[in-house]
Amino acid sequence: MTRLIGHGAVMAALLVAAYGAFAAVAGVRRARPDLLRSSQLATHATFALMLVANLAMVYALVTHDFSVGYVAQVGNRSTPLFYTVISLWGALEGSILFWGLVLSGYSAAVVFLNRDRHGSLVPYANATLLLIGVFFYLLLLGPADPFVRVSPVPADGPGPNPLLQNHILMGIHPPLLYLGYVGLSVPFAFAIGALLSGRVEDGAWLRLTRRWTLAAWAFLSLAIMAGMWWSYEVLGWGGYWAWDPVENASFLPWLTATAFLHSAMVEERRGQLRVWNLSLIIATFLLTIFGTFLTRSGIVASVHAFSEGEIGYWFLSFIAICLVFSLALLMGRSAALGSTGRLAGGASRETVFLLNNLVLTVFTFTVLLGTVYPLVAEAVRGVKVSVGAPFFNRMTLPLIVALLFLLGVGPALPWRAASREELRERFLVPALAALASLAATLAVGTRNPYAIAAFTFAGWAGATNLGEFWLGARSRMRTHGEGPATALVRLVRSNGRRYGGYVAHLGILLMAVGITASSAFRKEVERTLRPGETIEVEGYTLRFDGVAAREEPRRFVVWADMALLDGAGETREVLRPRLNFYRMSDQPITTPAVRERPHQDLYLVLMAFERDGSSVTIQALVEPLVVWIWIGGTIVSLGALMSLLSGRGRLRPGRLARDAIRLTHAPAAETR
Amino acid sequence: MVIATGAGAPAHAAGAPWQARGADSPANRPQIPDSIVEARTREIAAGLRCVVCQGLSIEDSPAELAREMRAIVKEQVAAGRTRAEIEAYFVARYGEFVLLAPRPEGFNLLVYALPVVALVLGALFVVGFVRRWGGAEPDASPQGTGAEASRTRGG
Amino acid sequence: MSWLRAALGALVAVPILALLLFGMGRDPRAIDSPLPGRPAPGFELARLEGTPTRGPLLDAAGAALPDSFSLRADSGRIVVLNFFASWCLACRAEHGPLGEAAERYRDSGVSFYGIAYQDRPEDALGWIRRMGGQVYPALVDPGSRTAIEYGLWGVPETFFLGRDGRVAYKHVGPVSRALLAQRLDALLEGEAAGGDAATSSPGWQRGAEAPGATPELGVP
Repeated sequence: MTRLIGHGAVMAALLVAAYGAFAAVAGVRRARPDLLRSSQLATHATFALMLVANLAMVYALVTHDFSVGYVAQVGNRSTPLFYTVISLWGALEGSILFWGLVLSGYSAAVVFLNRDRHGSLVPYANATLLLIGVFFYLLLLGPADPFVRVSPVPADGPGPNPLLQNHILMGIHPPLLYLGYVGLSVPFAFAIGALLSGRVEDGAWLRLTRRWTLAAWAFLSLAIMAGMWWSYEVLGWGGYWAWDPVENASFLPWLTATAFLHSAMVEERRGQLRVWNLSLIIATFLLTIFGTFLTRSGIVASVHAFSEGEIGYWFLSFIAICLVFSLALLMGRSAALGSTGRLAGGASRETVFLLNNLVLTVFTFTVLLGTVYPLVAEAVRGVKVSVGAPFFNRMTLPLIVALLFLLGVGPALPWRAASREELRERFLVPALAALASLAATLAVGTRNPYAIAAFTFAGWAGATNLGEFWLGARSRMRTHGEGPATALVRLVRSNGRRYGGYVAHLGILLMAVGITASSAFRKEVERTLRPGETIEVEGYTLRFDGVAAREEPRRFVVWADMALLDGAGETREVLRPRLNFYRMSDQPITTPAVRERPHQDLYLVLMAFERDGSSVTIQALVEPLVVWIWIGGTIVSLGALMSLLSGRGRLRPGRLARDAIRLTHAPAAETR
Repeated sequence: MVIATGAGAPAHAAGAPWQARGADSPANRPQIPDSIVEARTREIAAGLRCVVCQGLSIEDSPAELAREMRAIVKEQVAAGRTRAEIEAYFVARYGEFVLLAPRPEGFNLLVYALPVVALVLGALFVVGFVRRWGGAEPDASPQGTGAEASRTRGG
Repeated sequence: MSWLRAALGALVAVPILALLLFGMGRDPRAIDSPLPGRPAPGFELARLEGTPTRGPLLDAAGAALPDSFSLRADSGRIVVLNFFASWCLACRAEHGPLGEAAERYRDSGVSFYGIAYQDRPEDALGWIRRMGGQVYPALVDPGSRTAIEYGLWGVPETFFLGRDGRVAYKHVGPVSRALLAQRLDALLEGEAAGGDAATSSPGWQRGAEAPGATPELGVP
């Protein structure tokens, strides 16, 4: 029954979406409002249908209906409810089903929130979103069918991958990631819509999608950070980023989306960089599809790899179609997309944004190149090579440092070319802050040049961004006579877009400081201990008190009692690094014991133990400032949220009117 | 991670196979201080791939085999071998795949050079672009920076 | 649209797609070993006490051969080195074929050795007994030195060493009866040691992986 509902819903979604796309295009081309209405309804219907399909799957999972293929793959009677529910996206087919839900949800939201607009832009964008949906629904009926029948029905299933059952963050990372990935389809769809409808010049597509892009970017940022946090808490190597191909795959669209967020502002103000922005958002979308392709095609071996199979070819075809179509559209229309305004030139914010785009684009290129280079090398030389962390760190650290520097330049510069006096005046304090940071960094013994540069520029950029708040608040205090707190609050509310951006910058700086400190100042000790013996690291003394074990329905857990001693030898706290042995897997999964404090983390890993408890091998790491990575990451998204919730963006009434007159379809209701 | 062997602390196999017998006896070799051995081992191990992991180095990986490989690296460092020699040792047994960064020679140079080329070309383009399109009149829209606001509003 | 733009677009699109298509056609986990064709790394390893459990290598009193084995001692013979482990699921499938081949080819000048990989001696012995015993010695490899010498990526892996002391073939994954017969017959006929690319069989396990590296995590 569940299978029937699931299959039926997906099939219906496919048909309705295809119809909706057709109706949208036909409605525009033949000026048929009834067809446009119909396509809107179709979009909502698609969402409802995908909701049904997903709920059906969740129901099947929770009731352990092993006649359903996907449940037989990831279900298990002893898995706790929470992990059962989140196994919806834990394996290939379910993840595509979930993707379909998010996509149809976004499509419906886009249609709903733009329902009062006329013109051809929104229908074309809607059609694009629906057609993307069609691809995913086809997958769900073809190679990635989660509702496939299993016969004979097994009594129980293998359960989700043990790594997915170990930590609550596993519930958060994939949905956030999908909300980010899929969310970036929205500006892409509008870009395509703009190209198709000929409405690129008025920048309408940018304005309409600003919030969507920000939201998707915020989700993606959080998702990447959640992934890092999960990696740190679960994988037991004390790190949080390994430049694994699929980590890179999530990072690539983030980089281009960040570049886009900045260069879109230049287009809004100056009408410049139109083709560039269109290319950026197309590239961003393609990179999101490329990311899902990487995990599902078997093309690279990765921690994240789903099972391989035919589905890779489907994704490749989809990428090919989107790539060719977008390029053709862009090439065809770009001749008409000449630049209209002039840039400020000189030392202006616009110039900095161009540089920011340059660095981010080269960054993207470098990471992409490194990720696919093993393929290239094999194709050309016939030899398998690895491209891992040493390569990526060496090639990207200079770029990261450059970005940190630019982060402290842009906010302080006006939109027009600044004069020398202004520069001197504005950058005096940041320069002093940079020197202070440099001195402090050297004083604590930093030797790594990149770490030194990172800390110095963090001081520089921190001063600049905080300075913006300070100067703006001070001005308000003077002109409106407000107190400092009121001034600050009103300042931010009056221009949430800008100050949200500065908050996001500060979040990035916190992350940079946390990452630099925890890498450069990491200390590591490993010892094999008998009961009563201690291990010491960075002033911490830990005594091994014994091993214990516990049998659970789905796993066997072994842990070591490590007593953290204070100066007098008394036990302050007991930390318990664990090894989890899951029934279905040969290898144990480690759970490190992490003691988080604002200034550093104490991280214990149970490496090995004797069965009789006579000894254990413990690895103890001390990593400074790790929590600031997670705090910073959250602040980044808060900043994006602030920017999202702010009022209307900066408009240029004159230009808008001029362009509107030129076009056939005059936009009716304006900005919201 | 595997349960520790009953033999206790990881033992070096008597007469590690790579070590030529006789000529290189401990008495003849200059002693390298432990801290330097450790530091160099860390450096070299960070560039070698853990062959039973997904992309981790043998320095980072807690896997048994990775630690054993690291022990070999440490021995060879203490014996005075260079980074190139140690890497060659592993490449001879595992292939180039065991190096975490491609050897910067021959075709592999592309992966190192192309990003630099892209950066340089991009920078030139940006400079040219700003020159070509720069020089706009200062516009009348609201100030972009807090500093400006400060200045114009009676700061 | 001008032809120039179309060409530009094609220049961007085609290589990317071609590369990805190429990538689909090969297995990223199959690593070619550099060993075939080279002299086999020598070793001297302790015999796992209790092996062989039966067969002609045991003398009348039931005592087995010397306590350690060195590869040098087998020069001039063909050697089959099989790396296995008690925790290796796929190794079970090849245990029978290996034993049979060992018996069949003994008089033809072929030596068989099993080398326990990442295994406690008692676990390996227990496993051998459960699998029905073994007619050839199993060796213990402390610190996985020999495994590393042979560039082992996981278990099971089997190396065929020719009479000239070179590695003739490396097989990744469980060996079948047919494969053993094919390779050994070829070696006995004096085929030159060719560098055979490692062939992966299903069921090959890397094992002893870092927990964070368990394959098929399934997270997007």
